[in-house]
Amino acid sequence: MNNKIVSVSPHIRSKVSTSTIMRDVLIALCPALIAGIIIFGVRALAVAAVCVGTAVFFEWAFEKICKRPNTVGDLSAAVTGLLLALNLPVDIPFWQAAFGSLVAIVVVKQLFGGIGYNFANPAITARIVMLIAFSGTMTTWAIPNFADAVSSATPLVALKAGAADATIGQLFLGTVGGCLGETSALALLIGGIYLLAKKVITWHAPVAFIGTVFVLSLIKGGFGFAVAEIFAGGLFLGAFFMATDYVTTPSTKWGRLIFGIGCGLITCLIRFFGNYPEGVSFSILFMNILTPYISKWTATKPLGGAKI
Amino acid sequence: MAIKLLQGVHVPHRKNTAECVPVRMPAPETVRIPMSMHIGAPAKPVVKPGDEVKVGQLIAEAGGFVSSPIYSSVSGKVKKFEDILMFNGSYCPAAVIESDGEQAVYEELKAPQVESFQDFIEAVKNSGVVGLGGAGFPTAVKLNTDPSKVDYICVNGAECEPYITADTRTMLDDSQLLVDGIMLLKKYLQPEKVYIGIEDNKPQCILKLKELCKDIEGVEVSALPALYPQGGEKVLIHNTTGRIVPEGKLPIDVGCIVINTTTTVAIARYIQTGMPLVEKYVTVDGSAVKSPKNVIAPIGTAVKDVIEFAGGLKCEAKKMIFGGLMMGISFPDENAPVVKNTNAILCLDEKDATPPPVTACIKCGRCIAHCPLNLMPANIDTAYQLNRPEELKALKVNICMECGCCAFACPAKRPLVQVNKLAKAMLNKYNAEQKAAAEKAKAKEEAEKKEANTNE
Repeated sequence: MNNKIVSVSPHIRSKVSTSTIMRDVLIALCPALIAGIIIFGVRALAVAAVCVGTAVFFEWAFEKICKRPNTVGDLSAAVTGLLLALNLPVDIPFWQAAFGSLVAIVVVKQLFGGIGYNFANPAITARIVMLIAFSGTMTTWAIPNFADAVSSATPLVALKAGAADATIGQLFLGTVGGCLGETSALALLIGGIYLLAKKVITWHAPVAFIGTVFVLSLIKGGFGFAVAEIFAGGLFLGAFFMATDYVTTPSTKWGRLIFGIGCGLITCLIRFFGNYPEGVSFSILFMNILTPYISKWTATKPLGGAKI
Repeated sequence: MAIKLLQGVHVPHRKNTAECVPVRMPAPETVRIPMSMHIGAPAKPVVKPGDEVKVGQLIAEAGGFVSSPIYSSVSGKVKKFEDILMFNGSYCPAAVIESDGEQAVYEELKAPQVESFQDFIEAVKNSGVVGLGGAGFPTAVKLNTDPSKVDYICVNGAECEPYITADTRTMLDDSQLLVDGIMLLKKYLQPEKVYIGIEDNKPQCILKLKELCKDIEGVEVSALPALYPQGGEKVLIHNTTGRIVPEGKLPIDVGCIVINTTTTVAIARYIQTGMPLVEKYVTVDGSAVKSPKNVIAPIGTAVKDVIEFAGGLKCEAKKMIFGGLMMGISFPDENAPVVKNTNAILCLDEKDATPPPVTACIKCGRCIAHCPLNLMPANIDTAYQLNRPEELKALKVNICMECGCCAFACPAKRPLVQVNKLAKAMLNKYNAEQKAAAEKAKAKEEAEKKEANTNE
């Protein structure tokens, strides 16, 4: 008839899109990256560049080979790459970092159908694969700048041994051993608050996660121990940036609370009783697997819906 | 009683025309008045080609119980009846009337005698008024209920859609008629309380009605937050009275009647003057419109005539919409007529008209967090793609009011309202098949029983 566009309502959409969300996550991760560079040196930036570069490359190449539409523009691969980098020790060989991106993007994300279809968090899963495959380099911690201690063990190892060697202040600022982006609770908190303010994430999973770890640690070792436990290790990075990943966590408020509590519980079990000093990655991966069931249990109740 | 408000989305208001007093356009050369501008049976024509008609003269009577009469909006000569393409894509017979430009009013119009409830319902029926907020359900059928069942009347002045200010102008320019209409509803339906629900982005309407209603007992102006969709029937009932309309029930089942402000004014006008519904306030706006305006348009006027009178377009309209951006219907034919429940004509430029590219669902949960009825649109989307009607049943897609909050909020720009419409059709088909299968099984069982009995 003529050239008018006809479509089903609504005829207006919000300005928020997948790529603006991912852009906000990248912005929110910047303080942690900057803290990593200050604490561990410029090699941190190089590791991040390798991870982000290879993650984006693998996403592009895999989609090219499979003739799928190119989704590099939605920035999700860049987010995965940066998250992976922040979860690695600063001295990781570059080829191992690139291998991590391969696992994250190709194995965990693309083989399951690409963005929106992976059941596990790509960065977390890749980190766990690397922890097992390269257990040597993945647990060799560089000595941070500004630290008096000569020990390069992470604070969690020391806490586990019953001898806290870092002060709360050091833990909060992040001048301790650990992965290059996980040590500074302050930087991660700034990023987390940014995401909350931009309404990219909701408070439910992070608060439930950190709260559960705090309460269980309080019961085990008192207030000082509990504060050290929440600032140490990868808890803030996991709680604000991984336990809030949309695809692999529940979509409802109650689901997110349960997810966070479950993560906190498993983290504490591993930290207190397991062989590994840290359990954040494992707990999130485990809860990722439970996510479909949590979503089912926490389905919302339609207003006025009759029982069937 | 503090009511926890339902979820929704913040849409841009764009009430550019809130200060524009509606301007009456001259009668167009021809009007095409469809015989079906309401839910229910089409009206039956009572005039034939060649007849002279005047403004307000009956041209078609109600075609059944759920139906509504239709009156001429111009004076002139009935040329013919023809099937025309309506804005919703269906064809409908319409009276084509050539206007003589005089707009002479039908001499026999007189205010009806209203003394009893039955008189009132009869008058509403004869006024030709249907739900003018958009639904188009014959108002007389809705109001023809046992007054003892009516606890609350919610007068809907929320006007939560972007751009539209037709109700805003009705509340400001016809406020006395609105109050008179509310008094009529109060008198004949005997509610405990009347709520006038208005979004707080229209403070001038709230002030004016508060002033007019301050001495009337049992009428309360509720300032609602400007959170789309306050004007949704179930949302308005919940956010003013706190009541929830259960699945498959009507508002009257929980003692509520929702009536639009413009509808109320149309009823009052008919009862006071005898002038039935023949013209509408129409907001003409959108990114392709040169000068946004409110126009008083005779029913049956072609959209292009209304746009031309309002000042025309500044660029090509790539999309034209009857109604608002959130729930309006886009249509391709600029000759489509203004009907009873038209409250806005929006013309969008290419940028606003083009739907954004759709990407994969990232399960962010925004659709769930914004659905006023607590549905899970992302899950409905998945169940529909996987062709699982039994899951759609459990997800209650049937109660969706298609307000569009989910699709608005979706960062992947998925067409969730479209999917919900398709999912409803899938569920209806499934239900019908289940019912047929059950009946067949029952019939078979009975036949076997009968056979067993005869064998004995």
